Amino acid sequence: MPHQLEVTGLNLAFGGLRALVDVNLYVDAGELVAIIGPNGAGKTSLINCINGFYRPQGGAILLEGRNITRLPPHAIAALGIARAFQNVELFRGMTVLENLTLARHLHLRYGIAHALAYYGRARAEEAANRRFVEEILDFMELEPYRHKVVGTLAYGIQKRVEMARALCLEPKILLLDEPMAGMTVAEKEDMARFIMDVNEERGTSIVLIEHDLNVVMDLSNRVYVLNFGQVIASGPPHQVARDPRVIEAYLGQEQAGDGA
Amino acid sequence: MTLVQAPQPARVASAQPETAAAAAGAPAWGRASQPLTLEQARTLPQALWARGTGPDRHRPALRHKEFGIWNEVTWEQYLEHVRWTAQGLLALGTQPGETVAVIADNIPEWYYMELAAQAIGAVVAGIYQSSVAREVAYGVHATGAVLVLAEDQEQVDKLLEVRDQIPGVRRVIYQDPRGMRRYRDDPWFLSFAELVELGKEHERRHPGRVDRLVAEGDPDAVCLMCFSSGTTDLPKPVMLTHRNVLSMGRQFTAIEGFRPGDDYLSFLPLAWMGEQMMAVATGMVAGFTVNCPEEVETIEHDLREIGPHLIFSPPRVWEAHMRQIRVKMEDSTWLKRQVFRWGLNVGLKVADLRFAGKPVPLGLKLLNRFFHYSLYRLIQDRFGFLRLRKAYTAGAALGPDVFRFFHAIGVNLKQGYGQTETSGIFCVHRDGDIKFETVGTPFPGVEVKVSEQGEILVKGDIVCKGYYRREDATQKAFTDGWLHTGDAGYIDPDGHLVIIDRLQDVMRTQAGEVFSPQFIENKLKFSHYIKEAVVFGDGLPYVAALINIDAATVGKWAEDRRLSYTTYLDLSQKPEVARLIWDEVARVNAWLKPEHRIRRFALLYKLLDADDEELTRTGKVRRNLIAQRYRPLFEALYDGRSEVPVRTTMHYQDGRVAELEVRVAIQSLTGEEAPHGLPVAAIG
Repeated sequence: MPHQLEVTGLNLAFGGLRALVDVNLYVDAGELVAIIGPNGAGKTSLINCINGFYRPQGGAILLEGRNITRLPPHAIAALGIARAFQNVELFRGMTVLENLTLARHLHLRYGIAHALAYYGRARAEEAANRRFVEEILDFMELEPYRHKVVGTLAYGIQKRVEMARALCLEPKILLLDEPMAGMTVAEKEDMARFIMDVNEERGTSIVLIEHDLNVVMDLSNRVYVLNFGQVIASGPPHQVARDPRVIEAYLGQEQAGDGA
Repeated sequence: MTLVQAPQPARVASAQPETAAAAAGAPAWGRASQPLTLEQARTLPQALWARGTGPDRHRPALRHKEFGIWNEVTWEQYLEHVRWTAQGLLALGTQPGETVAVIADNIPEWYYMELAAQAIGAVVAGIYQSSVAREVAYGVHATGAVLVLAEDQEQVDKLLEVRDQIPGVRRVIYQDPRGMRRYRDDPWFLSFAELVELGKEHERRHPGRVDRLVAEGDPDAVCLMCFSSGTTDLPKPVMLTHRNVLSMGRQFTAIEGFRPGDDYLSFLPLAWMGEQMMAVATGMVAGFTVNCPEEVETIEHDLREIGPHLIFSPPRVWEAHMRQIRVKMEDSTWLKRQVFRWGLNVGLKVADLRFAGKPVPLGLKLLNRFFHYSLYRLIQDRFGFLRLRKAYTAGAALGPDVFRFFHAIGVNLKQGYGQTETSGIFCVHRDGDIKFETVGTPFPGVEVKVSEQGEILVKGDIVCKGYYRREDATQKAFTDGWLHTGDAGYIDPDGHLVIIDRLQDVMRTQAGEVFSPQFIENKLKFSHYIKEAVVFGDGLPYVAALINIDAATVGKWAEDRRLSYTTYLDLSQKPEVARLIWDEVARVNAWLKPEHRIRRFALLYKLLDADDEELTRTGKVRRNLIAQRYRPLFEALYDGRSEVPVRTTMHYQDGRVAELEVRVAIQSLTGEEAPHGLPVAAIG
């Protein structure tokens, strides 16, 4: 039985800078895996490789046994990997509902003839899609903002919309890049609950990049620690937290001051 | 963008022709537009059965917004849900007279559970959703609940926290399964869906059992427990019978003419008697549709979508509406502001003439008509009041300014009066007979008299049986069948009831001057710069006050004057703000008898909050607690100091706690001065 997602021997370099060095990582179905590490360790680069933004020079990324290393981002999204960005990437001038409905584009199957006449398949699919979007709105508790323009919403809410948009793709694996950066304590607690609920109630596997160690310890099944592009430790959170290399690389740096 | 379904007004409007037909006395609906009579319904479940099997059965009884759509539940479906839920309760071994507590927002399951419990002779008791775990434990304990319906994980977690304190609770039923998977192995928990399944199974084995129990229902059995509002001690569970609430519902419907096809938005907590009285008892008798909002946060939006025909809100909601309109108008363009001022002035003149029962001159009438279309309807639309026929306020005094304001913009706002002990209401303003200093005239069949001490006493079918497991309190509350309301008041020459204050809250200064602190507080709160006020003076040389400024309006005022501030604390201690409030206090003083005037006041550096127990859950101030908690400030009001240092702890959003010292200034007035210049707050 192959892992749901498997990364083997991944190498990525920008000119002379080696961003990722022989990275191995796997995610099993339903797992919540965290990637931690100091700034510039290559966390976001890794995620960018997984969802097709970057093309690694070496190694392979397998989704359910299928090699997706060279596929473009939209094809990877269609295969079931969705992503929420660290810096909110939404259509700021559109409403929450419009942003989420747009994310359903991938799941529309009707042709232009149906669309123009708006009957039959087009109608049924639009209704089913709206229903799905409404379920996500309910799940992420975004009902009060349904018709609000995204640009006018508070940052914490925008982050939630960002995650909701990713969920609208009905992903098997959700990549979350620092979903709690810049949030208040209360907002972080809410977001942690949402992440747990997505993982538990919807059964979606999650790859989480996060700075807040407490969050990682509480939420994740397994942790990978990256430093200078290399995986220096991996395993259950509490075991990783005791690893002297991790303490040196990660916690040591944190004491020196940590900018996001 | 295509919607699964058009936004709701279209669908709601489909009820319109029926309403019109009913109003015109069209035979199609015949008896359906009639309120239920005593013969049809002696108990609440009998009322549901009458509607659910009668000519109304296909009309909407409930609507609930979910996934962006208003879902209708007809009376027939309502009855069916209740029958299954009731069978489920029987399957769990629930006995007549036992209590089922509910902690939930206004969701259909609240209604199903209430009627189901009543159908099998059990009692339902609501607990406020905002209660903390300790309060939930008290509520469950005080009502002797054996089952609890909790809406979601948030409420379930509160019950878990106090599980060892509530051993009487056999099962906890949750409505929303989200986040409950971790508790799945705990036999204490049961989902509402599982309860209904149990009920369906039980119905197969014992068909018609619930229907029989409903038919045999005892009108004098306790059906509902609501907590008295408890400004002085712990809230007591009030036992209400079917006869109590149905009698209230019948009288209220007869006076106000509610009818099927009317829409009502149920957004106040159902644990409160006021919401029970409208949404359950009166709703059942009159047959109007009760709409449940999507989420607490979407109420404003839902209100606009539904466009209710009747609405019931406590004064603070009306005050907030008015404040919101005023703040928005102050932010608006010059031209709009001028039109608003002019239009409001016209409306106020017309309203005042109507209050006085005088004819409105033709010119003014035409102007009023003009503004009706160009201004009033637009404001009404903002709040979803376009179809509103009747609007009510109760629970506390509402300022004359607020009253006049809403009548000026064409909202038929009326005051009602009652308490949990009297099924919520027994006095109301009749259409065209509105005096804002009164609470209207009593319902027919309700006897009202004033005792020698000046206390209002009530007798009638609406009066409760007493307090649950509180014989002592029950004995104190009744003399010869008359209920002591605890309110001081009198009946005016027109037969209107006037409430002065809580009898125990009437105070005397050192010199023996009697005054009502709440009356003065309300006068202060009529200023839209003042959010809360706490007046002292009992046994003291003069009257003094602690005042909470309103962050929104004062903040706006400060911004307009380029006055920079950081936090509420900072804003509240600005000398300019003190000056502003000083003027407001001086204006109030001008209205008061010299002995009642406020001599000294201070601005509180923190908003009074129900979470800190400074306010009751219904928003009333706890005077003694506040005097103790702000001891240094309170003392400084009477010792002549002009400034007092106070230590306070600040809880920041990120969880940090900081201790800081604030120097709070004490403001003095002689009681004779006039406010500085023209009223700053005056609009129109």
